[in-house]
Amino acid sequence: MSEAKDRILARVRSALRDVPRDERAQDVEVTRDYVDSHATGDVADLFVERVEDYRATVVRATEADAPAEIARILAEHAVANLVVPPGFPDALVARYQGSRLSDDPPLTPVELDASDGVITLAARGIALTGTIVLDAGPGQGRRALSLVPDLHLCVLRASQVAADVPVAVRALTPSRPTTFISGPSATSDIELDRVEGVHGPRTLIVVLISG
Amino acid sequence: MSGEQVNVVWLGSPTFPKAAHEALQDTQLRGNLKHATTTIRDKRLRAVAELDDWETLRLAGSQIKDRVMRHLDEYLLQLEASVTAAGGVVHWAEDAREANRIVAELVRAKGATEVVKIKSMATQEIGLNEALDEEGIEATETDLAELIVQLNDDRPSHILVPAIHRNRTEIRDIFRREMGKHGVPAPQDLTDEPRVLAEAARVHLREKFLRATVAISGANFACADTGTVGVVESEGNGRMCLTLPETLITVMGLEKVLPSFSDLEVFLQLLPRSSTAERMNPYTSLWTGVTPGDGPQEFHLILLDNGRTKTLADTEGRSALHCIRCSACLNVCPVYERTGGRSYGSVYPGPIGAVLTPQLVGVGTSEHADSLPFASTLCGACYDACPVRIDIPEMLVHLRAKVVDSHRGGVPKPEALAMKGAQVVFGSPRRLAMAERLGAVGGRIIGIGGGRWLPGPAKKWTGARDVPVPAKESFRTWWRKAGRG
Repeated sequence: MSEAKDRILARVRSALRDVPRDERAQDVEVTRDYVDSHATGDVADLFVERVEDYRATVVRATEADAPAEIARILAEHAVANLVVPPGFPDALVARYQGSRLSDDPPLTPVELDASDGVITLAARGIALTGTIVLDAGPGQGRRALSLVPDLHLCVLRASQVAADVPVAVRALTPSRPTTFISGPSATSDIELDRVEGVHGPRTLIVVLISG
Repeated sequence: MSGEQVNVVWLGSPTFPKAAHEALQDTQLRGNLKHATTTIRDKRLRAVAELDDWETLRLAGSQIKDRVMRHLDEYLLQLEASVTAAGGVVHWAEDAREANRIVAELVRAKGATEVVKIKSMATQEIGLNEALDEEGIEATETDLAELIVQLNDDRPSHILVPAIHRNRTEIRDIFRREMGKHGVPAPQDLTDEPRVLAEAARVHLREKFLRATVAISGANFACADTGTVGVVESEGNGRMCLTLPETLITVMGLEKVLPSFSDLEVFLQLLPRSSTAERMNPYTSLWTGVTPGDGPQEFHLILLDNGRTKTLADTEGRSALHCIRCSACLNVCPVYERTGGRSYGSVYPGPIGAVLTPQLVGVGTSEHADSLPFASTLCGACYDACPVRIDIPEMLVHLRAKVVDSHRGGVPKPEALAMKGAQVVFGSPRRLAMAERLGAVGGRIIGIGGGRWLPGPAKKWTGARDVPVPAKESFRTWWRKAGRG
């Protein structure tokens, strides 16, 4: 193994004979004149518009009526078995009538598959691209939770929405397993026609809590 | 030198002109391709036009890649250290055979006989599925298009949409015929509606995802400073593979390393808009080594050379390694649109394939790979579309010269002879005038026959192109007659 490494590195170095010996990586110019954000207007409004562009549903709610809105959405989609990740605020699911599946001890993939849906918080939103970012923090659960169930209800606060990709990337913690989700799972593999709903949750609903 | 490279090109592939000639007769293929490339071209233009600093982003992307290539050894060592510190294991593979051997050993050590796979150019390049098959390990492609290709024992024709050459009806027939042989069969009443076909794939693959213990992926990027590896996808099959199994094996070309996690702010803007022409692809997964209690508890990263250091050594061809596999150059290429990807006889088709393939296998080693730099009109559309500003047309010209040079000493190639001849003719006004008169006579002869081919060494040229019938009089003759001489 280390022999292969030595030989590859030797070949890389010999291939780079034209690079002056005293050149450091940071001496190679990178012009970062691109903008931090392309967003204009109200960031929360833009986020809602862009998430809906992917044919996901966004419901706006105040802190006070979020629990009722969440219960209504879950009932509407006939969710009777809901995966609730560790650390998810009880108050937000207080009005939900169905049964809850705890991930402690961890649910098996088959158990997750048999559930009707999952509810999670998010680490961040990105307005311009209509993206939610999960980083397995409290209330978000491990990655499989937001993947295997067929419905994902994601609760996000407007204050968590970043305007655009560069701003959002700079706020991430690289060591956390991170998933960018932009709309429901989709494919364009058949005649480049976009079809929503392949392996990930076919229904994505975002509840955006104002303030 | 590295060991023998296999599988970048498909063994026994005919030269491009020959393969293209056959592909051009296939009207179904041409229809499918035209529909698909036209759709995606228009979408890409709209997605790109939304960002008014697109050119600045392209420049930054290209400069970051330039920095990586010029200091690749440092970044690879840094990446190895940070992945290892995060609980991953890094392996180095000089060529396809070595990479395949490492993967097979890792799979066998887990006692697995089947693996699920995320679509990956690197694993296709090394022929991993075939190699695993020889070891008695069944690899299932989980990307919808790759599944279509695999079920039909077909070859991919596009980097992003490997089954672009198949329309919905053909796909329905493949699913009906083949799915049952490999697992959950397609429903009897399967229609050719894309939504219904996607549902059939979901059901067929879900059973495999829930059972799999080992997954194999490629990587879109790996950040040297943090050890974070990223996969960009749409369907969620990637997330399934990256999340559910106990062991994850990632095969990554050396050139995919990025200096820093923060560079993602450039590439996560450039890649989705250039590739699927979306503001953002549905799913992007980033992981750093192993996270206790979340996802695979064993992570192996295989760094693959397989001809990349050879490409790196050519200062004029080096930037082919900047490619982020978006496939925008395929979609805008007039040659690709007509011949399709399989005519290139390589895992990497289209304009980028025409510069990458001959470099990975080595110029002058294969007649087929040597024919690829000529598979272009040099129109420049690929350069305009490339999100990291790879000057493909210039590189094509450079590689054409290298191909011609590599044949010096032996029998000269027709291209070399033609250029020599042109030098003689254009070198003297008298000789040019004579050639033009001959051309006019020849034109009449070609015209009479109704044929559009030339004899002798030029036959090869006209085998792939119609010869325009030369004008009956030359410009010079016309000029003189018009009394302007």
